[in-house]
Order: sequence, then C-alpha cells, then structure tokens
Amino acid sequence: MSDTALHALIALLLPAFSFLVLAVVFPLRRLGRPAAWFSILCAAGAFWAAVIAWTHGGPDATRAVWPWLPSGGKTIADVGVLVDPTSTIMLCLVSLVALLVQFYSLGYLHDEPPAALGRYYVYQSLFAFSMMGLVLAPNLLQLFMCWELVGLCSYLLIGFWYQRPSAARAAVKAFWITKAGDVGLLIGIVMLWRLTGTFDLTELRSLAASNAIPVAGLSIITFCIYLGAMGKTAQFPFHVWLPDAMEGPTPVSALIHAATMVTAGVYLLVRTDWLFALTPDVLLIVAWIGAFTALLAAVLACVQDDIKRVLAYSTVSQLGYMMTAIGAGVASAGFLHLLTHGLFKALLFLGAGAVIHAVGSNDLPNMGGLARRMPQTAIVFIVGTLSLAGIPFFGGFLSKEEILGAVWAGGLTGPFVLLMIVAFLTAFYMFRVVFLAFFSTPAPVAAIAHGATVGRVVPDQATGITPLRVAHSHLHNETVVEGAHVNETPHAHEPPVTMLLPLWVLALMTMAVGVMSTLKIGGFAQGEGEAAPAWLTPSAVGVATAGILLAWLTYQNRTINASSLAAMFGPIRSAALKKFWIDDIFEGLYGIVLLGFSRIIGWIDRYLVDGVLNVLSDWTLQAGDELRGIQTGKPQDYVYGVGAGVLVLILLMRLVF
Amino acid sequence: MGLQPYLILSAVVFCIGLFGVTTRRNTIGILLGIELMMNAVNINLIAFARYTASVSGMVFTVFTICITVTEAALGLAIVILLFRVRRTVMADHLDLLKG
Repeated sequence: MSDTALHALIALLLPAFSFLVLAVVFPLRRLGRPAAWFSILCAAGAFWAAVIAWTHGGPDATRAVWPWLPSGGKTIADVGVLVDPTSTIMLCLVSLVALLVQFYSLGYLHDEPPAALGRYYVYQSLFAFSMMGLVLAPNLLQLFMCWELVGLCSYLLIGFWYQRPSAARAAVKAFWITKAGDVGLLIGIVMLWRLTGTFDLTELRSLAASNAIPVAGLSIITFCIYLGAMGKTAQFPFHVWLPDAMEGPTPVSALIHAATMVTAGVYLLVRTDWLFALTPDVLLIVAWIGAFTALLAAVLACVQDDIKRVLAYSTVSQLGYMMTAIGAGVASAGFLHLLTHGLFKALLFLGAGAVIHAVGSNDLPNMGGLARRMPQTAIVFIVGTLSLAGIPFFGGFLSKEEILGAVWAGGLTGPFVLLMIVAFLTAFYMFRVVFLAFFSTPAPVAAIAHGATVGRVVPDQATGITPLRVAHSHLHNETVVEGAHVNETPHAHEPPVTMLLPLWVLALMTMAVGVMSTLKIGGFAQGEGEAAPAWLTPSAVGVATAGILLAWLTYQNRTINASSLAAMFGPIRSAALKKFWIDDIFEGLYGIVLLGFSRIIGWIDRYLVDGVLNVLSDWTLQAGDELRGIQTGKPQDYVYGVGAGVLVLILLMRLVF
Repeated sequence: MGLQPYLILSAVVFCIGLFGVTTRRNTIGILLGIELMMNAVNINLIAFARYTASVSGMVFTVFTICITVTEAALGLAIVILLFRVRRTVMADHLDLLKG
C-alpha cells in the first residue's frame, strides 16, 4: 500500500473509530464535553492525515482495496480508497471543515445538556466518516452506500432538536426528497453495471477511454445518475429541502448543508465527467437546470428575512453555478468552485451562527449595527461575502470567472446570461444581509419596508423571538434559542474563542486562496487551456459591484427606498415570497396524487380485501352458532354419537373399502 | 363346546350393558351398565384365550378386572361428590357442558 493511500485510509478510519467509540461507550458519550473533545481530536488526526495524503500524492491514482462481494473467483465490488488529486483535495476540504465545525460547535452548543452534546458529536463523527468514504470511494457501490449514510446523517442532524415540530418536519422532508433522487442514482448505477459489468470507477474510466461503453441507452443511465445528484445537490425542482434544512444547528448547516454534503452531487458528476462527456444531451440538461436553479434561488434569497435562509438559497444558487460548469463540459471549473465555495460558505454560515448566538434570533430586522459590537465577526463575514460576490483577491473570484468563462466557451449563451444575472443578485442579496445585520441601525422603517416580518419586530426586540422561546423552554429547563444564549441586541457581544478561531482560520484561508488565485501563484499558475474573452472579468466584477452598490444605496444610504424597489418588482416579489409555489406544488402533488392513490388503495383494502375476509368469518361464526345445538351437555347423547360414529365406520369399511 | 356360545353370551351381556348406559337416568345405573360391558369383554377374552390356548388373554382379563374395580371406586366417589354439590345424580340434569 502506498504512503498516500495509507494516510487516506487513516483519515477515513479515524472518524469511524470516534463514531464507534462514542456510540458504544455510552458513559463517555453522556459526559458531553469529553466526548466532544475525543471527536475533535479524531477529526484533527483525520485532517492531518488528509493533508499528508494530499501533499504526498502524485498526479496518478493509487488505490488500496479489499474484496467485498466475492462471486465465483472475482469480486463484484471492492471496498477501500481510491486516491487521486481530486479525491485528496476534497478529503482535505471535508476534514478541515469538519474539524473547524466540530470545534466551533463546542462554543455554539454550549448550553446543550451533556447527553445531547454527546449525541451531536456521534452524528458528526459518523458524518465525517461517511463523507470521506464517499469522497474516496473506488467504486460506485461504495459511493452509493456512503451517499446514503451522509443522507442519514443529514436527517439526524437537521432533526437534532427533534422536540421542535418544525425541525422534525424539515428532517423528514430532506430525507424524502433526497431519497427520491437516490432511487434514480441506484437505478443508474445498476443499469450501468448491466451495461458494462463493473462498478469500479477506474475500470469504467478505462472502458470509456477506449470507447468500449455502448453509447446507445447511456443517456438514460447518466440522467438517472444526475437525478441522484439533483436530489443531493438541491437542483430545481428538488431544491425545496435545503432551505428547510436550516432548522438544524447552524454549524451543521455550515458543514453539511453548505460545504460538504450538498456538494456530493457535484463531486459525483466530477468523478464521472468522462461518462457524462459521452452524453452531451444530458450535459445540456445539467447546464440549463443548473443555471435556472441558480437564478431561481438567487431571486428567492433576495426576499428572505431569515439570515440562514438567505445563505441556504445562496448555497442552492452556487450549487447551480457548479452544475452549470459541469454541464458546459468543464468539470474542473465546477470542482474549483466547489472547493472555494466550501471554504467561504462555511465561513459565512459560521459567521451567521455567531450573529445568531449573540442576537438570539435569525431575523434580519432584529439585527443591525452589529459591526460595532462584534467587529471581528463583521470582518470575517464581509470577507466571506466578498468571496461569494466574486470580488478579486477574495476566494470565490477565480472559480466564478472560470465557470463563467467555461459556460461562455461552451457556447451556452442562455445559461451564461442567467449566470450573469445571478452574479448581480448574489452581490445584492449578500450585501443586503451585511448592511442590515452589521451596519444599519435596526430602524422600524427598514423593518416595515421589508414587509414580511411586520408586527413582530418593532419596537420590542424581544417579541420576534418570543414564540421560539416558549416552544423551547418547556423542553429544556433552560431557555435556549438555537442553542444560543438569549441576548437581546443591546447585549450582543463577540462569540467565545472556540467560535472565533474557526472563523478566522476560514477567513484567512479564503483570503489566501483568493490572493493566490487572483495573482495566479502557487497551484493556480496553470490555468485552463482556453482563455476566456478579455471582457469577461471586468464585466463580471462590474456586475457584482453594481449589486453591491444597489444594496448600499438601498439599505445603507437609503437613497433608494426599499419599499419602492420592492414595488418595482411587485409580482416577482410576491411570487418569491410564496417560493414560486414550488412547495405548494409538491404539497398539492402529495395531497392529490399520493393521498388520492392511497385513498383508493385504502378503499380496496377496507371493502374488498377485508370484505371477503369478513364474509368468510361471518359464515364460520354462523355455522358454529347453528352447530352448537348438537352439544347438549348430556353424557348419554354423546354415547349415541359415539355409537352412531362406530356404525358409520363399520358401514364405510363394509361398503367402500 | 365351541367358541360361539361364549361369544353370543358376551354379545348379549354387552348389549344389556349398553342399553343400561344409554337409557338409565341414574348415574349409578350408568356405572352398572359399564360394569356389565366390561364383563362382556372379559368373557370374550377368556373365551378366546381358551380357544387359542394362549395365556395372554387371561393376563389381560386380570388387568381388566383391576381396572374395572378402580373405575367403579372412582366413579362412585364422583357420584357421591356430585350428589353433595348438585343434590341430584340424574344424568339428564347434569348438562353444564351444554353448548
């Protein structure tokens, strides 16, 4: 086994070890903080091993596999690790964010009871293991297994505060909608196996390279695989689960629903891009759906008042970006954006977590002027926002340019235009958050101009959070909102060092990546072969700047009245507030199709199946009722019966036999 | 003397016993009928034992007599208890097992 594969294996197995220990040794788990530290240590070890695997790994793929499903001399599938530059760098991202999030959670979930904290870290360890297993999977079967495991962890962690009905609902919703896509993925994998006879990624790749995979019928297979990616990566129309997934603790949103798990779909498509390259028609679908999702989510993000929901929609939007790049045939651009996005989106979510922790509410109108009270959080949050907006010298700049260039070069003018609009909207809604949360004073005017939360905002800051408090306080004995200290804005303060440290690490890394990529030094020296047109970078940056400017004019300077701006986009705005009725459509489908169908089935069961059984049992009962008259209870009647029976037997013997 | 007269005797005694069992209302009468039927069986056993010149029939007869005695003792005890509880020994009044 090579050095790289060994370290990748260590990175994979350390979280598994932590999970097993914490799951089995329940006294340790119930202690809470010691369990947390154990899990964090394992995550740190995993990160260290991942970095070694990345830095020592050559450009070639190495693998360490063990037979899993033996069948007549050969194996149907292996388990193990497949180590190449793509998987090791993804491994680094996963283990880094997992480590930082676990560390951050120590501060964020400070008020959880110890047993719940231990449970949280069990889930976190299991998630880290499954995600790394997915990243390192040498074949599609192991990938699918880990894929389902991360789905399970997502469900468990969204529903971490399962006492809250909304969290339980969101968890179930996420589970079912991703499951709908996963069925497609499973079908795709099995069909691909029928076609080629192997699950192994390396073998499949060499088959594809030598044109040994029949192209006829391959489109259905790749579309099925894409369906799985759609569910996990929240592409339209499966994006509805991701905003609801924000019911989980904010660190979970950062790790699972922004940086790692939701990008699994992108990673899957990057992993199999040689397969998708054989089916350009499916790639076109990928690109259009990606661009459409990006735009839809960006529009939705503009009208949200919940800071986490804005970030959730922005995640959906950025995932659409990545998918569009893959659809344009340049998976590497999508993958680069995946990596940078993982960094700065984790940063944004953790920053939002710090804000929520301090304010005790998710709603933007309850915030405002926080920059003075928590300057460090404000700085790192703005770094993340600038990255997301794609400003030069910040993390997301290069990857966004690459995607736009790839889409333009791929001749996809329609998606390109959509993505440019998205770039504008992204800058606008993110800076709306920045200005509303960190700079503007929490004025009643701003709140009313923003419509949605009128009535529970002004003037008492606490009213907005009262319902949550009531809902929560009878579950725990202490008053907890989102695991935070309940503080009204006037008492907002910088988060503890356990939360600040991960924020700074992520911010500095985002900056480092941004500076290096903008100046094209380090690993970014070799760009993509085809150069993007010269006008691309200025126009993209210009669009982003315009977005920032509009947000500044509207929410900071107030030259533009927010309500008149909203009125300008009246129909779109009201539709967006209703989430474009997509959730309602799903609900309607559920109500009419599924419930209607089950009503029919229920009728058949109740009246046909049960009816036959009831008639039979009624007959039996009646027959018994009639026949019980024979039982007189008088012994002599029974003697007659025996005598008659003997006679019948004798007659039978005489006549029949 | 051949086998036949013994068998006829046995059949007659058996039928008398059966008649008693089926027609008597008194439980003690029924017990008497059973005794008669048992003895008919004994006659049969002895007759065949003599006819085939084997001992086993006689051995069985000894067993049967033993069992008959025990059965009579038990049966009478039950009848006495029954009388104490129900104040009657008439079989047609004892129909608690009626369905």
